[in-house]
Formats: sequence, C-alpha cells, structure tokens
Amino acid sequence: MKLLRLVAIAGAACLAAGNAFAASTNVAVAANFTDAAKEIAAAFKQKTGHEAVLSFGSSGQLFTQINQDAPFQVFLSADAARPEKLADSAPGVAGSNFTYAIGKLVLWSKAPDAVKGEQTLKDGKFAKLSICNPVAAPYGAAAVATMKSLKVYDNLKPKLVEGANITQAYQFVQTGNAEVGFVALSQVINDKDGSRWVVPQNLYAPIRQDAVLLKKGADNEAATAFMSFLKGPEARAIIEKYGYQAGERS
Amino acid sequence: MGGLPDDIWQPVRLTIELAAITTVILLVIGTPIAWWLARSKARWKEGVAAVVALPLVLPPTVLGFYLLVLLGPDGPGGALANLWGGRTLAFTFAGLVIGSVIYSMPFVVQPIRNAFAAIGDRPLEVAATLRASPTRAFWTVAIPLARPGFLSGAVLGFAHTVGEFGIVLMIGGNIPGSTKVLSVAIYDYVETSQWREASILAGGMAVFAFVVILTMMLLEKRTARIRG
Repeated sequence: MKLLRLVAIAGAACLAAGNAFAASTNVAVAANFTDAAKEIAAAFKQKTGHEAVLSFGSSGQLFTQINQDAPFQVFLSADAARPEKLADSAPGVAGSNFTYAIGKLVLWSKAPDAVKGEQTLKDGKFAKLSICNPVAAPYGAAAVATMKSLKVYDNLKPKLVEGANITQAYQFVQTGNAEVGFVALSQVINDKDGSRWVVPQNLYAPIRQDAVLLKKGADNEAATAFMSFLKGPEARAIIEKYGYQAGERS
Repeated sequence: MGGLPDDIWQPVRLTIELAAITTVILLVIGTPIAWWLARSKARWKEGVAAVVALPLVLPPTVLGFYLLVLLGPDGPGGALANLWGGRTLAFTFAGLVIGSVIYSMPFVVQPIRNAFAAIGDRPLEVAATLRASPTRAFWTVAIPLARPGFLSGAVLGFAHTVGEFGIVLMIGGNIPGSTKVLSVAIYDYVETSQWREASILAGGMAVFAFVVILTMMLLEKRTARIRG
C-alpha cells in the first residue's frame, strides 16, 4: 500500500506541476500540413513549454469527428469553409477562425524529366495522373480547377486516379503507380530528385487553410497560446519554409 | 429503391464480384495450405501458419503501402501488368483481387485447417487399408468430412472481402466500375457529406453482416448436431 500511496502522491505532484508550468492541447491537423505542424509544435514547446499533441487526418474526417464531440481543442484545416462552419456552430469559438497558410499546388513526378510545365498536361503522355478527392479535399478541387483552366480536364479524366487524401495522392506518384500527380508543394519541398511544376496561382482559387479554436480549448492556455503562436514570426517562417504562403500576422 | 442514385449499384455489383472471385481463389489455394498445416509434421509449420495469419494484425495501411510498391512498375505486379501492356496493377480490379486474397487468407485457411485437423488419422488409415490411394482418400474421405470447415471458410472469406476497406482505399484509386467497391463508396459519401446515401449503403451492409453471422451460427449448430 505504501507504494500505491507514493504513486498517488507522485501523480498528484506531476499534475500540479503540469498545471503550474505547462499545459497540453490536442490539435487536429489536416494531412497536408503534417511536417510543418510537427516543426511548429516543437518550436511552440521550446518557446512556451506547452505541448501540442497532434492528430492528423483529412479535413473532412476531422471535421466530422469534431462535430461528433471529438476531444480536439484546435483545428488546422486544409480549407477555409470548414473552420468557418465550426466557428458559426456549437463546437467552435465564434470569430476565432483565421488563415494560417495558403497552400501551393504542384504537378510532380518521380522521374527527373517527366514534368515540364503545363505542356505535360496538354501532351498527356502518361497512363495515370493522381489527384485527391476533388469534392472532399481542397487540393483535389484545385487540381480539377487547374485542368479546367488549361482546358485539358476532359482529355485527362480517364487517366485520373483518386487518393482519399493528399498523402495518398502523393503515395501513388511516390511508388510510381501513377507517373504524375497533383500534390501539395509542402509534400515535395524536400524531394530533391524528380520533376515539378508549381502551378501558377491564377489557374485555381487560392487554397486558404484556416485554423479555428474549439470550445473544448477555449479555457486552455495551451490552446489559445498555440493559436497566437501560429500568427507569430517563428511559425510563419516555418510555414514559408514548407512551401506555403504564410497567412495572418499577429 | 426510391430516389437512389444509379451509381449506387455499380459498387454493389463490383463488391460481390470481388468477393466471389477472391473466395474461389482462396478455396483453391487455401485448401492445400490448410491440408499441409493440419497434417504436416514439419518443425517450421507454425512459422508458415503465422505468416498466413499476419494480415489479421498488420494495419491495412501498412499492407496497403507494401502492396502499392509490389504492384507498382518497380515490383512484380508491374512486370505482370506488362504482359497486357499495363504499367501497374494498382488501380485495377486484378490488383484488388491480389490484395483481397492476401488479406482474407487467414479467414479461409483457418476454418479449413481446423476441420482437417478434427478428422484425425483414423478415417484416412481406414481408407488406406481399404486400398484407397492417398489422393482418393483426400477427395472421398477428407473433403466430405471437412465440409463444414469449407462452408465457414467460404462464408467468412466472402464476408471479410466485402467489408475490406483500408487496403482497397490504398491501392484502388477510387475508380468507378473497377476499384470503387462498397466500403470505399460509403467512405466517399461520408467524406462528401452525403449522409443519406452513406446510411443506406451502411445499413445494407449491416443487414448483410447480420445474415452472414446468423448463417455461420446455424451452420455450427447443425454440425454439432451431426457430430453429437
């Protein structure tokens, strides 16, 4: 029993210490922002001592889970519509949504000379082109918009293969199952080999990625600190480094 | 079915096709594996049994990623696809069959193995004393005696393939008519907030699963009665 009491005391001490110095917050993050979010969480911990525990998934999935009372306190979406919906409804904190990053779409291939700008799409010399679900995922919608702007969508439609999210769309190209694919620039920012074409912003509507504070995090110091940290210079630098345009400033 | 979109039937058909083909293939290749596992005295038998059972514990995402690599242009699947001018077996119905065979194998092999093991040596010895060749004994004694095992294996393999999701999502590419099966269609409806369609399909699958489980239980009961 002595041991039990010791454990209880130690546990209580840990909890008390935790409350005094650092809190932790559960953050739901859209799959495309995975690497950047990890680095931001590390910088956040270094600066504030708070822990941001990250969960990754597709925006649609996370949105559904949050509406079903999932224990998330902050939501970093891959779109602007869902955080707006959350801010206007029960799970979100009204007016807390803001743009933290603007995504860049890229046409990418593992082969060094496969992608040569928009001509690659016009020539269509490939068997499969991977995108992610255009109805559910913003990068998928941007890919379709790009093909429509270039008037190649109808030609390429039979060659499209769909990943459930941007990570899968990338896997199809990474494993060579699709020769080319539309992915997020952030995913291939560190891939030195292969070939890429960063799609000009005028071919698709900007992929605004918004964050929203959820009611479960409204009273948590770590959650609110994370929201403001996202607008700060450290986070903005990381966001740019990963191939996004940074969003709002603090 | 009032007001259901037409495209709901395509995944249903495709799923039944996939499950039927997978079940037949698994009965053909699973039976010798089950026989060997049940009868062999080899030391490394359990090692093989463990490999067959791996899909039970490996997350579908892991299995799916390996399959993507294996089916792709740099793997054996790509070489196979080359025979009819393809680059890869991912995004094809054939690729889904390969994935399903691997993924549903334990569900077919296990019941058949147990059924073979339950026969014991005696009936086969008796067959041998009556001058039946081992092959003939296998077909005329072992197979009929193991029939309940074949039934449960087939039903389970079929049902498990119908319910398969993670792997299909990873290697299928969501192509209507060739890789968009039921589970992926449901996922798609949920992702795009079409709850009504998702509920109808999910409800149908729940009823199907209930019928399968009930059938299994009734089969078990009948077998017990025959044996008892």
